[in-house]
Amino acid sequence: MFRTALRNVLAHRARLLMTVLAVLLGVAFVSGTLVFTDTVSAAYEKSSAKGFDDVDVSLTPAWKDGEEQTELTPALLGRVAKTDGVASAVGGVGGFTALADRDGDPVGDGWQVRGANYWGTDDPRYPLTEGHAPEGGGEVALDAATAERTGYRVGDTVRLSVDGPVLTPTVSGIFTTDDGTVAAGGSLTLFDTATAQRLFGTTGRYDEIIVTADPGVGQSALTAALRKALPEDTVEMTTGAELAADQAEATASSMDSLKQTLLVAAGLSLFVGTFLIANTFTMLVAQRTKELALMRAVGASRRQVTRSVLIEAFVVGVIASVTGLLAGIGIGAGLRALMDSFGANFPDGPLVVGGGTVGAALAVGVLVTMLAAWLPGRRAAKIPPVAAMNSVHAAPTTRSLVLRNTIGSLVTAAGVAVVLAATTMDDATGAQAPMGLGAGLVVIGVFVLTPLLSRPLIAAAAPVLRVFGVSGKLARQNAVRNPRRTAATASALMIGLTLITGMTVAAIGVQQAIGRMASDSVRADYVVSMAGGGVLSPDVEKKLAGADGVTAISPMRNAYSTVDGRDEYLTGVTGSAFGKLTDLPVTDGAFTIGGTRVVVDEDTAGRHGWRAGSTFTAVHEDDARQKLTVAGVYEPNEMFRGIMLDLAALAPHQDEPGDMQVLVKTADGASGAAKDGLEKALGDSPAVAVQDKQDISEGIAGMVTMMLNILYGLLAMAVIVAVLGVVNTLAMSVFERSQEIGMLRAIGLDRAGVKRMVRLESLVISLFGAVLGIGLGVFFGWAAGELVGSRLTTYELVLPWGRIAVFLALAAVVGVLAALWPARRAARLDMLSAIKAE
Amino acid sequence: MTTASLVDRSTAVAARATELSKIYGQGETRVVALDQVSVEFRQAEFTAIMGPSGSGKSTLMHCVAGLDTFTSGSVRIGETELASLKDRQLTRLRRDKIGFIFQAFNLLPTLTALENITLPMDIAGRKPDQRWLETVIDMVGLSGRLGHRPAQLSGGQQQRVAVARALASRPEIVFGDEPTGNLDSRSGAEVLGFLRNSVRELGQTVVMVTHDPVAAAYADRVVFLADGRIVDELYGPTADKVLDRMKRFDAKGRTS
Repeated sequence: MFRTALRNVLAHRARLLMTVLAVLLGVAFVSGTLVFTDTVSAAYEKSSAKGFDDVDVSLTPAWKDGEEQTELTPALLGRVAKTDGVASAVGGVGGFTALADRDGDPVGDGWQVRGANYWGTDDPRYPLTEGHAPEGGGEVALDAATAERTGYRVGDTVRLSVDGPVLTPTVSGIFTTDDGTVAAGGSLTLFDTATAQRLFGTTGRYDEIIVTADPGVGQSALTAALRKALPEDTVEMTTGAELAADQAEATASSMDSLKQTLLVAAGLSLFVGTFLIANTFTMLVAQRTKELALMRAVGASRRQVTRSVLIEAFVVGVIASVTGLLAGIGIGAGLRALMDSFGANFPDGPLVVGGGTVGAALAVGVLVTMLAAWLPGRRAAKIPPVAAMNSVHAAPTTRSLVLRNTIGSLVTAAGVAVVLAATTMDDATGAQAPMGLGAGLVVIGVFVLTPLLSRPLIAAAAPVLRVFGVSGKLARQNAVRNPRRTAATASALMIGLTLITGMTVAAIGVQQAIGRMASDSVRADYVVSMAGGGVLSPDVEKKLAGADGVTAISPMRNAYSTVDGRDEYLTGVTGSAFGKLTDLPVTDGAFTIGGTRVVVDEDTAGRHGWRAGSTFTAVHEDDARQKLTVAGVYEPNEMFRGIMLDLAALAPHQDEPGDMQVLVKTADGASGAAKDGLEKALGDSPAVAVQDKQDISEGIAGMVTMMLNILYGLLAMAVIVAVLGVVNTLAMSVFERSQEIGMLRAIGLDRAGVKRMVRLESLVISLFGAVLGIGLGVFFGWAAGELVGSRLTTYELVLPWGRIAVFLALAAVVGVLAALWPARRAARLDMLSAIKAE
Repeated sequence: MTTASLVDRSTAVAARATELSKIYGQGETRVVALDQVSVEFRQAEFTAIMGPSGSGKSTLMHCVAGLDTFTSGSVRIGETELASLKDRQLTRLRRDKIGFIFQAFNLLPTLTALENITLPMDIAGRKPDQRWLETVIDMVGLSGRLGHRPAQLSGGQQQRVAVARALASRPEIVFGDEPTGNLDSRSGAEVLGFLRNSVRELGQTVVMVTHDPVAAAYADRVVFLADGRIVDELYGPTADKVLDRMKRFDAKGRTS
């Protein structure tokens, strides 16, 4: 039986090629993902372990009941250093530090840019390769990678900023580090300890004490000794090994989401591939009806017939999986090189091809192929032995679609109902699960219904196809001749396009909503914020206020407070100016902030039952109580929410004020000159971003575009497999209809006409799948938007007609490309052998 | 009477093959399918080509009908020399000047009977001559079934649609390749009757390849082929006469 199956595989090489390609692509995608993530994880693990080589124990203040139990003072450090078994104890402080390159642009490309302290004159953590340790406020040391990227050398003056104001120290030294984020593209700037403490925290305090052990003292022994020497439960101790393990775990989990996304995309293309495989095997079985019937006639059991088909699938699956795995290893290596070329510098490490990867690739490939071949195999077993005697081709199955259509309608209706119900739910997070379930049901339902839908939808294309004369008419009719096959082929394309369209509709809606929010509610010309998302020093606002042309300015300063036992965010603003800088719809009272009069957003007001005129007591961070009056209630959005009060009322209660943003209005509105003026006022600080509304919208648009492009890239795989499916179906159709084509050629249809007929059929099937997919995608995009809309008030459904047109055009291109080979084959068909009876 | 009319019409020739040869392969595998065949098919004459399997009768028809290429010699349909035509021109010639009836797979299952009949005109983008179309459809007796699809028609009815299609575009010549090969004797007789009527009443030229003496008896003239050569010719055939000749060739073939 095995030999027969093997012979069949070899005999139908060309036809099985498509199947092999489909499985191969899916398996390559899966194994490529696994190889890539394993390799990068392993490299990170190695590099992070190296990064903690010099750390035996790390001490941080213990947290209990939301408060630090101790402060890491020089005195405490002294006690640690004197403990038995401690070779050295180093205090560390650090935080966000933006460094400008020679052109004044921030370095790091969005990677972590950090600053920290250099311990003494010879810090073991940061071996200097050039120059000397930084001393005093006027010197810094740079990591070698950043120095190389920026071209800074010892003696150069650099510009940097920690919380807004610009510092211009001199580079005193260059050091090397194993820090993973530096390797990835971030930067590390070192100050002397006193300067770092002044910049990042409180003078005389450390964030962390790093301890190394005497030779022969283990990490756990050292921990025990330290535990004895220090006050109980005030200090958290973590060994270097634990730190490395935590870091590795963090790396692994950050790789996990990437891995999952990639695997979902790979799974999708494999899923689409199953249609193709099932189609191919159905076809092979139909073609071999006589042969299989003969096997039955000479005594093969049904099970043996099924098994022979499955063995064939197994062989195909193994071939495809092995080649797919090899291709995947190549993809894994290539992906890393590609990411490296985009500036994501992963640490070095060997290519990791785990046993799990090999196993998964083979199992997935073989199982998917056999699963897809199972139904055709069962159908093969049902061929009666007498079919061997009939000279005529067995008619294709004309089983009724009634049951299928009923099931499809019910599932679709249920799915649509669930999706619609989910859109009306108030709790957007809770609605995600039913939404997903409903969407799944709709896709399955429509998939089941595709054969039914094919007739009216393809008939609708008749007026267009009429232009192409007989070829167009025949193409249309051929496309609906085998509704099941057309449906399976179109579905493969449909699934990819549903996801692409749905994501596009939702993402563009969100993008425009955020853009609208920025333009609708912000009257300020500029929003100034920290590039790294951190807090701005209050100095920034002071400097901006002094800039030329500034007519109104207000910071947005965050403060924690408790109101009626609830934690509430307070935002301190300049009450007199804030009304000029924003335009928030007021639903009750008036938008006045001043003295103890505050404005509150609808949600907060609703929670506390406040209206204009209500009074409440806020407990500030210094435990002071303050009575405040609600002057007005406004509609919140992503940028503005919570209780807003005047800075004058807030300031006395804040110890270390920091601004999230500063809103600025200038006399002549947003202009290049005004922006330059503001930036100049800030000393061109690399840490601060001065953005006008357009910058904000463009920033968001850029992010959305990037996300969509990545998504398109991933889904392109599923579309490629779908194209193979169309090629396969057309090749089958051409083969099955070779006699008809021969007859058409004989009675006068020229080669061009035959080609056109096949191409148009391909076009019709592809566009059918695309129309279904885009339709479903728009529906899901709308539904997802309804969910988003409950949280994002400015959300509106935006139909990206341009992109939809592009998708349709792409589907048409897919159709034409897929038809190239089958159409050529059809046109070259030997007319005479085609028309000869049997 | 039959002989007289033949003489009258013999002046106009619908198709002519001159020293037509068709050779497959080279060297040891060389097979001569047609060996210097010269034959004329006169207008408004019903010719049957007969011969044992492998005699080259189908090849002769395919070459004369522009379905197949030949190695040497000449084929003319009307005034057109086929040897010099490219595929596109041959296709156009078949579409406009030749009608075909095959043994099977004559019809497109997706088209109705009427659409199948007008298919060659549709391909050409021409409007069919409505009066002529009605005449042809009446003759083959399909008026009530024009909206049916091939699957809803019997084998005989399907072949009648094929005859109507072959005649509908008023071709200069109609070729049939075992047109009754798949039919029962009654349906076969009907189809042959239509072909003969088209010659008698409409002045159509018909050439038919067959191995069935009864079918050949419907023709005005039978041409016998053996080993790629024309070996005999018979006017006014009957089934018995045809069978008689066939037996002779068979006997010759066995003894030689």
